[in-house]
Order: sequence, then structure tokens, then C-alpha cells
Amino acid sequence: MAMYSYETHDRQLVRERVSQFRDQVQRRLDGALSEDEFRPLRLRNGLYLELLGYMLRAEIPYGLLSSRQMRMLAHIARTYDRGYAHFTTRQNIQYNWPRLEDVPDILELLADVDMHAIQTSGSCVRNITTDHLAGIAPDEIEDPRPWCELVRQWSSLHPEFSFLPRKFKIAITGSPSDRAAVRVHDVGLRMVRAENGEVGFEVWVGGGLGRTPMIGQVIRSFLPKNDILSYLEAILRVYNLEGRRDHLFKSRIKILVQSLGLDRLRELVEAEWAATRDGALSGAEAEVARIRARFAAPPLEVLPASDPGFAEARLTDPAFARWVGTNVAPHRVPGHALVTLSLKPIGQPPGDLTADQMDGVAELADTFSLGRIRVSHHQNLVLPDVRQGDLPALWRRLEALGLATPNVGRATDIIACPGLDYCALAYARSIPIAQRISERLAVFDADRDLGELQINISGCVNACGHHHVGHIGILGVDKCGEEAYQITVGGSSADDCSIGEVIGPALTADEVVDAVEAVVVVYLGLRRHGERFLDTWRRMGPAPFKETIHAAD
Amino acid sequence: MPLIKNGALADDPWTTVDDAEPLPPGPVILSLRRFQAERERLRGLGVPLGLRLGNAEPVAVLVPDLDAVRLVALEFPSLADGRAFSQARLLRERHGFRGELRATGAVLRDQVFFMKRCGFDSFVLPADRDPGEAIAALTEFSVAYQPAADSLHRPFRT
Repeated sequence: MAMYSYETHDRQLVRERVSQFRDQVQRRLDGALSEDEFRPLRLRNGLYLELLGYMLRAEIPYGLLSSRQMRMLAHIARTYDRGYAHFTTRQNIQYNWPRLEDVPDILELLADVDMHAIQTSGSCVRNITTDHLAGIAPDEIEDPRPWCELVRQWSSLHPEFSFLPRKFKIAITGSPSDRAAVRVHDVGLRMVRAENGEVGFEVWVGGGLGRTPMIGQVIRSFLPKNDILSYLEAILRVYNLEGRRDHLFKSRIKILVQSLGLDRLRELVEAEWAATRDGALSGAEAEVARIRARFAAPPLEVLPASDPGFAEARLTDPAFARWVGTNVAPHRVPGHALVTLSLKPIGQPPGDLTADQMDGVAELADTFSLGRIRVSHHQNLVLPDVRQGDLPALWRRLEALGLATPNVGRATDIIACPGLDYCALAYARSIPIAQRISERLAVFDADRDLGELQINISGCVNACGHHHVGHIGILGVDKCGEEAYQITVGGSSADDCSIGEVIGPALTADEVVDAVEAVVVVYLGLRRHGERFLDTWRRMGPAPFKETIHAAD
Repeated sequence: MPLIKNGALADDPWTTVDDAEPLPPGPVILSLRRFQAERERLRGLGVPLGLRLGNAEPVAVLVPDLDAVRLVALEFPSLADGRAFSQARLLRERHGFRGELRATGAVLRDQVFFMKRCGFDSFVLPADRDPGEAIAALTEFSVAYQPAADSLHRPFRT
């Protein structure tokens, strides 16, 4: 499986959408559309108006990119932006400085490489996200990507569901262990195998972060694969008709789940589904078979499980060994590995990549990974199909590009939203806080090995940095007109999904960096051998962590 | 206000009548409440009847009377409120309504393609809008990824 290759009608649809949007932009430039009229139109095509100008978000469907597409992203960054772009927690890419009059041309260039910005914002079904290990993970029941593509196609320019009460995010995983955070999505689909061996989906509904963080609930414990689209249609129809539209903060489906109750919502959805499940949307499996064929790629060659050159380099070069320990994961096909390129160099803005680095990554993908690249929801890139024997050479070239920081899954692998440096919604800056925490904790991690520790930073309650599910979360708030930060501890978006707990008052930027360090010091004092930060927190409870925050206050 | 029907500008034979107004001669569009209150008399009049349905009124309540109804008018309160898209598909696809399905309110050229796909076949535009642009927008896309109330989607099976 490489990636879905467009057919004629896929290209036709994207081109027609570009023409439609070009016309909408022209009407705005002519003054025929006011900003108020233009706003909902531009948002449905990924175009935001931020503090300093427009921001364009292009879709990377479930995080898959080819080297050819990466080169185009570099070209756009260089020609129409300031030479860099930002990868997001939803596996998309954002340009921060495009001019409105250039946006149609940028979309034309994206269309040249089978990309677009359809539904990357606005009150509609957003990019379908998945496990960044899809197709590689040893524990997988089935590759979820053809299912993601099926749902992507079905939900694209959907005539009924393009003007929902609010945005709608769907995540799909093909593995029992959840690396796609399905429990914090409007709908999460988790592939499961029934006792009789049949494969289907467990359907979660009403999860989400934002102002009202909620872990989803299971609305259906087993949905036959064939019925995936009719069931999604039933959920979306009930939501479109019954979801609140009178209050922006109460219009996500999680609020409907809360107000109706899960049982009542289930009744409505099941009644709707009973009327449609044998209709035009049935037969998803045949459609997925067609889509799967469009993913076709030559299988990887099975190699000896351990490459001697690789083993030798691990023994002789500690820096290489350290990088392998954090940034390289096993592949399902013997002799191969999956390599994560850290977009979190110490002290740098998380998730940013320059145009030159993009070209560099494209070249490395061609040389070492069959031209394939993935974006993870941790804002890193992945080369999914690397031969073990190539790892030392790849590592040296990544070092030269500044993309070999050995910190994947560690304290300095910080997820952060763009924050007040860019975003019109933010109360506080995120990036400088991420940079300072990264610098501070890099020293600790080198000395004491902090282990697995996820830090998430959001510049406001909309929670684009997913602070609620960070082991340590930082939320930007407004305190009497000043930027301030609140710390939460104990969140997780994995199988042990939990929402973090606030452990102290709002702090200044200086104080919050000290406080995070203090929390980490408490952990180091309490941890048992091999215990993760999150496990120490769960074992000890909040008291010792709260004490240190209050002592510092 | 300009009316587009079956893809062209058209005269409007229908009169929208308030609940307290006496019925004029000819085809009339009434509220659901008035229709339900005067059902027997109205059904006996022999004039073409149309109904306007609010976004919060479930379309299922119309089902027993759909045989007597020649037109249903659904409202779009604003560009952001898409409930009428679902109401339209239910009327067409679930309940088999074959009469005229009319879009009223904030009927914008940027949405008429979706409205048509959901089963609307007539569109009352706000007075200041150019009907030519809206007519052109009805065919803005030549392909579709999903089945709806029209026939644009063809399964792409190879």
C-alpha cells in the first residue's frame, strides 16, 4: 500500500472546486461579497483570516504524502509564503502568509499533485485521521486507510452535510491499540473482531476536546463493515437536524449526546439507520475493494530480520543508538523499519518545516522509503518503509537536515498550536512556551532520562494543542488582560484515555516553565523503576504535584 | 422575488398565505399549523395545496397528507443553517414526495448545487440576487462522490 491514486473523476472534482473557489475569491476582491458573506465560504475551503493575514490549511488525507507532493508543498512555501509551513495535529499543513489573490493559484498547484483544501475548516466533515502506523503496525486487524479514503470520498462536498451545526471530526483505527485518539473525536471507529471472527467497527460518539472536553461513548459495539457509510449517514442526519445551532460553544455532537443522553441518541440513530441500511450506501466492502486496488504498490522485499551493518552501527555509535532507541520503530515486514523525523528540534517551534527541509525530506523518501512520507498527529513526519541496512546513512543525512533530534515520544516532543503569534482566537502564545520548555527539559532528559512524557500546549480553550490529553497540558488563558497559563496533569489520548486535571492557579510565562520543571522533578523523586510519568501520577494522585506548584506560587 | 424552476427563470403561480388571511383563488402555500387545523375543508377545495415547513418540524408529520400536497417549501434561515438539506432528502428519498420542493430564505448561489442534489427543484432567490448566476451554479460540478436525491452520483466501480 502506498497511497490512493486519483482517477479522472477525483481530479475533475478537485478542479471544479478550485474554479468555484476562484470565483468566490474574485467576488470578494471585487467587493461583491462582504467579509461576513465570504467568511463561511472561505472557511469551507481551509482559508482563515488570522491576526496578521490569511492562513491556508491544505489537507493531507489521513497523513499520507508522496515525495512529489512534498516537493510541491516546498515550492508553494517558497513562492507564496515565507519559506516554511506548519504541520498540524490533524495531519494537515498550514501556510501562514499567503495573499488572498494568490490562493486560487496555490490551490491549482495543489490540484496538480492531487491535493486540495476541501473541508479543512468550517462546519462540515473534516479530514479523516488515522493511526500513523497504519499498514505497518504488527497488531493491526486490517489496514484502515482504504476505509479512511472511502469515508473521505463519501463526505467530500456532501450535499446534505456541508452546513452542519459545527465541525465534525472522524478518526479510524485498524488496530486494537488506539494510536488515532478515536475516543476524543466526534465519531471514532475502532476496528474489532467479533467472537465469530467477523470484522467490523466499534463506534464511539461524542468525544472531543475544546471548551468542554469529553471522552466519547460507545454508541454501537459492533458495526458490520459493509454498513459503515449508512451508519455514519444516520449519525450525521440526526446531528444535522437535532444539534444546537443557537450557541457556538454548545453545537458539537458531544453536547447533543449530553442533552439527549446516549440511549436516546442511539434510538434515533438506529431508527434512521434501519430505514437506510439496505439502500444506496450499502456495499461498502465492494467499494473499499475498488479503493484498495488504487492503493496498490509493490510489496516490500522480505529481508533478514537483523541487518549486520545496522547492528554494528548501534554497538559502536552511541548517538546513532540513541536515535534508533527513540525515533525508529519495528516494521511488520522483516528487515525494515519505520523512521520518525522529529519536527521538534530543541528550542524550535514545533511542527514547522522549511522549504529546503521539505525538498530534503522528499529526496530522502525517494532514496530510502519508496517515495512515501507520513504526517503523524504528533506533528512529526514518518518515513515508513526504510531498510534496516540504510538506517546509518539515513541518520547522517537527517542530522544534516536538522531532523534527527532523538526525542520522539519524549518530553521535548511537544505538541503545540500556533497560539497568539498567529491565531486570532488565542489568549496566549504557545510557541515560545514550547521552545523554552523544550530547552529546559532537554537538559533533564539527557541527564536523568525522563522516559515517555507527552506535553501539549494550547493557546486557548479551543484546545488545538490537545492540552487535555497531554501527560502535562498547558492552556493559555487571559488573566486580567495578561497572557497566563494553567497546568493540567494526567491526560492521555491512548487506550488509557483520560482528561488531565488542573493542578494550580494560572501562571505567567516565566512561572509556567519553572512549574513544569518542578512537576518533572517531583516525578523523578517518586518514580519506581521504569515507571512512566503518567503511571507515577496515577499511582500517587495529584497531591505531591499540587504541593510543588503551590510552594512555587 | 425571482423564481428558478427546473433550471430556468419561471413565473410563480403560487401565493404564500398567512395563517389569518382569507384564501385567495389559485394555488396557495400554507403553514403546517393552518393546514392541520383546516385539513378536511382544504382537502375538499380542489385547489393545488402547498405547505411550508419550519426547520424544527419533522417531515414525517406530512406523510399522511403528501397525496394532497403539490408543493413543499423549506426554509434556509441563513447560509450556516443546513437543516433543510436533511428535510429535503427525507421527503424525496424516504417518503417519495414527487411534487415541487421549493427552497426559500437565504437561497445563495453558493449552495444551490447542494440544494438541487438534495431534491429541491425550485428556488426563490432573495430580490437582490442575479438569477443568471444561480442558474449557472446549478451545474457547477459534473461529478459527485455520494448518492443523494438526484442521479449525479454513479458508483465508480471498475
